[in-house]
Amino acid sequence: MDDGISISVTEAVRVQPLSEASVALLRELVAHLRQSRTQLREEWARRITEAQLLTAMSKDEIFAEATAVYDNYVDVLETGSVEALQTYTRNLSERIIPRGVQTHEVVGIVLLLRDVLARSLFAKYQADFTKLNRVLDAYEPAANRIANTVGVSFVQERERVIRAQQEAIRELSTPVLPVRERLLILPVIGTVDPLRARQLTEQLLRGIRTNRARVVVMDITGVPAMDATVANHLVLTVEAARLLGATVIVTGLSPELAQTLVNIGVDLSKTDTVGDLQGGIEEAERLLGYKVSPVEESPKQL
Amino acid sequence: MQVPILKQRDYLIASIQAALTDADLLQLRDALVAQVGTFRSRGVIVDVTALDVMDSFAVRTLRDLAHMIRLRGAETVIVGIQPEVAFAMVQLGLILEGVSTALDLEEGLAFLDKKLKAGSRAG
Repeated sequence: MDDGISISVTEAVRVQPLSEASVALLRELVAHLRQSRTQLREEWARRITEAQLLTAMSKDEIFAEATAVYDNYVDVLETGSVEALQTYTRNLSERIIPRGVQTHEVVGIVLLLRDVLARSLFAKYQADFTKLNRVLDAYEPAANRIANTVGVSFVQERERVIRAQQEAIRELSTPVLPVRERLLILPVIGTVDPLRARQLTEQLLRGIRTNRARVVVMDITGVPAMDATVANHLVLTVEAARLLGATVIVTGLSPELAQTLVNIGVDLSKTDTVGDLQGGIEEAERLLGYKVSPVEESPKQL
Repeated sequence: MQVPILKQRDYLIASIQAALTDADLLQLRDALVAQVGTFRSRGVIVDVTALDVMDSFAVRTLRDLAHMIRLRGAETVIVGIQPEVAFAMVQLGLILEGVSTALDLEEGLAFLDKKLKAGSRAG
């Protein structure tokens, strides 16, 4: 999906060949922007601070990033290629996303820069209205494309981070823990979606095989809600575990979850359920024939 | 392909080694039901570890087998169902209701030992 978007952005650049005249105008524009770089950059940084954008960053940082963005911006106007800007925005996003910078801030500052530059063009060409119009004709599509590129790159980077985090959560989310010979515990925490439910089943059935488990305690204290699909999947998992010769004890059904399951008509009557994890483990020990008793206080030996 | 049936102490063990046709399954069922009487066996173990597919006919035959053998006075355990097979079965609603299952041959033997000991103590 990543690639799809970036390709469409680059293609948009390619399918708009600029006429000779507008190329010349853009060149003039770029020269102007290079010349007044210091002044426009400061103006921009000032307006960012005024608009209270990028509050997570210090003034010096804003200025440093503003300089880099400004130079990249002018380069895009000059070359018409947004690739360097895309890469830069990805890097920038990677740095600022963990600090809580929002999409509206990023889009906001790019639009501010567009406005600052447009104003400077108004000021420069105010005497010649026709020329101003032609300059803006060349400037505006390029500027909008830049705003678009920066916004899309930022969102893409953020989506990439979110996907990576989801992946990490998923990997951590279903541990199968042997606690005694033949006894497994499967703590489930957080919302279970169909994908995770499938993964859970797979890990549980594999775990039963590799650990030669006879009893599994599935603790769902940490599951706030469940829909009919996932609940039925759970029932199937319990049945499948039985076919492998293991008993599954479900523990920690919250009152809300119990109500939901009964209301949506999920049949858990064939499943062993025990109130909490402690009770579940005690029941499992009973099934396996363990008896846990406290060690008697014995006089110190020797 | 015929499935060999081994007699081991009080038990009969049938270890399925390859996918069976419907006729083979019926033949296995009939042979087990007959031999339980011949050898006065008290338990039957059917090992399906080698099967990576179980269709509805196979599941129904195994279930009938278990019920028939119970009527002949013995217990049946199906052992070695693969995790993927197990989940595919329950998704199709083939849950072998009323039939005992165990992880593998060893577990199956342990299960029968325990069950028959408990039964003889009660009786």
